[in-house]
Amino acid sequence: MNDALLVDRLQFAFTVSYHYLFPQLTMGLALLIVILKWIGIKKHDERYHRAAQFWASIFAINFAVGVITGIPMEFQFGTNWARFSKYAGGVIGQTLAMEGIFSFFLESSFLGLFLLGEKKLSPKGHFISALLVFIGSWLSGYLIVATDAWMQYPVGYTIAADGSAQLNDFWALILNPWALWQYFHTMLGAVITAAFVMASVGSYYLLAHRNMEYGRIFVRIGIVTGLVASLLVLYPSGDQQGKNVAQYQPVTLAAMEGLFTTEHGAALTLIGQPDMEKMRIDNFIHIPEMLSFLTYYRWKAEVKGLDAFPRNQWPDNIPLLYYGYHIMVGLGTMFVAIFCIAALFLWRKKIFQTRWLLWTLLLSFPFPYIANTAGWMTAELGRQPWIVYGLFRTEQGTSPTVSAGNSLFTLLGFVGMYFVIGVLFILLVIKKINKGPEEPAVPHLSVTQR
Amino acid sequence: MEIIWFCIVAFMLAMYVILDGFDLGVGIIHLVVGKTGQERQIILNAIAPVWDGNEVWLLAAGGTLYFAFPLLYASSFSGFYLPLMIVLWLLMLRGGGIEFRHQIHHPLWESFWDVVFSFSSILLAIFFGAALGNVVRGVPLNAEGYFFEPLWTTFTIVPETGILDWFTVLMGIIAFCTLTSHGAHYLSMKTDGEVQNRARAIAGGFWWLVTATSILGLVAASSIRPQIWENFSLHPWGYVFPLAAVSGLIGQYISNKKNVDILGFIGSSIFIGGMLATTAFGLFPNLLPSSIDSSPPITVTRAMAGQYGLSVGLVWWIFGIVLALGYFFFVYRSFRGKVTSHSSNSAIY
Repeated sequence: MNDALLVDRLQFAFTVSYHYLFPQLTMGLALLIVILKWIGIKKHDERYHRAAQFWASIFAINFAVGVITGIPMEFQFGTNWARFSKYAGGVIGQTLAMEGIFSFFLESSFLGLFLLGEKKLSPKGHFISALLVFIGSWLSGYLIVATDAWMQYPVGYTIAADGSAQLNDFWALILNPWALWQYFHTMLGAVITAAFVMASVGSYYLLAHRNMEYGRIFVRIGIVTGLVASLLVLYPSGDQQGKNVAQYQPVTLAAMEGLFTTEHGAALTLIGQPDMEKMRIDNFIHIPEMLSFLTYYRWKAEVKGLDAFPRNQWPDNIPLLYYGYHIMVGLGTMFVAIFCIAALFLWRKKIFQTRWLLWTLLLSFPFPYIANTAGWMTAELGRQPWIVYGLFRTEQGTSPTVSAGNSLFTLLGFVGMYFVIGVLFILLVIKKINKGPEEPAVPHLSVTQR
Repeated sequence: MEIIWFCIVAFMLAMYVILDGFDLGVGIIHLVVGKTGQERQIILNAIAPVWDGNEVWLLAAGGTLYFAFPLLYASSFSGFYLPLMIVLWLLMLRGGGIEFRHQIHHPLWESFWDVVFSFSSILLAIFFGAALGNVVRGVPLNAEGYFFEPLWTTFTIVPETGILDWFTVLMGIIAFCTLTSHGAHYLSMKTDGEVQNRARAIAGGFWWLVTATSILGLVAASSIRPQIWENFSLHPWGYVFPLAAVSGLIGQYISNKKNVDILGFIGSSIFIGGMLATTAFGLFPNLLPSSIDSSPPITVTRAMAGQYGLSVGLVWWIFGIVLALGYFFFVYRSFRGKVTSHSSNSAIY
């Protein structure tokens, strides 16, 4: 732990992974709340408004934790990665500043209005504030993905006389091809999380024989949005994202697929453990020629393995990268299966009586969180050893004056603080779910007038 | 171009201090002004719909600072490593104090978060003042423009000084007094009855403290960094900023005597804006002065990002800030008027 680079990386990895547990539900749930409000208005059905209000109350806690764990992310660019900030600020400062100006103001203003203002606003006004919160959070997602995309595939910049990167094409930065697909992929992942969470709470109500009406609404909406999102996350967004990796980061593709040697007609490894000593996959199960086909649509196409690249270009933690990628894809496939079966039962009007399926939905909610985290690990470990791909190495980016001891102090502080926040979050959400949507949401101040 | 962005960043920071400043001030006096659980809930309701939006100004100002002056961001954030991280933790605790308190109705739970909220608000006010003090005093920059300050060394102003020395602590105390009175003015405007009376009493008493400590701070700053007056002698129109601050003080004084709460709040906002503008005017073109004679300060030209990026940024910044001000106007208008115990402003989630 005397190595400042290691501590800085651990701190960023820990704080960003923890942080992203919250925005993924925020972004997904923002869409589902808009859908609930929309159905409520169209059908003139009070239950959907109440359902939206119930989810908004969970959204609010989730959003608050997302905000307070998000502030350290922006700060850490400067505190722990000062040389990177100086190098890249002329480019990614754009997207980060835009996020503050365009999304955070929008979200924070209208979330307050949405949560507190149902009585003050007309139903339409209330719907619009829900819609604006949704737009704010999805815009925020885009600007962050665009920032990351520039680090994955730098475009629209020149290198200035002092060695720093400076923007020279704003639209190239905003319309980075990497950003577009990664954004759809990320957002669909967020919708899957929210769909599972909603279906899971609905299944709990149905299995527990309480709030049955709402349980049915939650299960139905969860399954339908989950099915659409889990299909789209695989194809086209996941497929195209894979093609971007193959085109712009071929060494990353080799590492995440566990392909050690270049092959014509490369096999797709489903299961197995990378052995970095012997340079092979142990205990593998694979599909012959499938990787070539998926990457280039030709069975015999050549896919470059790790041996085609010098070692100093390899990602520095290949086994973790490989597992991150395989966990994401494995779970993604499982989600399609779960939602297809559930949709079939929903269509045949049997879902609400099928206990094993409700149990499956109830217990599945942790898996989309794992899949989303594993997906980001794939992207960010795959970018190593670069902090800006091909331009600037991670070890060049740290703060020259911050010692490992000081970083470790704050890392430990974050671990402690986040543990407490996590316990409180779980406690409060369980309380909300137990209370249920039926009790009218009245101000809790039952104080008599003076 | 660099002058425009200097003004923009200064404007956003001032907006942050004025807006989040009043809810920080409300936090400082929370335990004193609110004696019962019910009164404390009223106090929280007075800031509940807006505090989060106010805090966004800090994030947006930070993002804009990073965008316009990357070197300053890199240097100051790594140099002020420990205080910034502590500020982050305090912001988290404070957010928890506001958002978690009303989730469970139990006296122990509520009083725990009341204390957390107030404690973190007090420390944040002092830290923000000390941060400004560090910028005025200058920091031990090296040739590349980096530095690192421990939290404290000997509390004296030496080349190897810490974040906290007698001067920055004094600035922290000024910030504490100023925000206390600012928050008290806001509460007297938004509440009635007992809470309002107590808030008015605090605003009246703190007026003297704010005035006294500000004069002390001015003398101290002039002795440590006499250069801050150079810009004023070169461009005498800059004296409008200190004059504005003085007029803000006078406005507060009148309001305290006559109980015109809105005038007090406006006066306090003008005072804060005027003081910050005075500091910014005096510092320019320096962003971060050097306390070591051999190394140059970080100036706007040294720290700024590329011309193309800054020009593009100006287009979207103006567009975005007009939208943001529009939202703020709309939200504050929606929640205008006094907060009472049976108000629907109470958090229903």
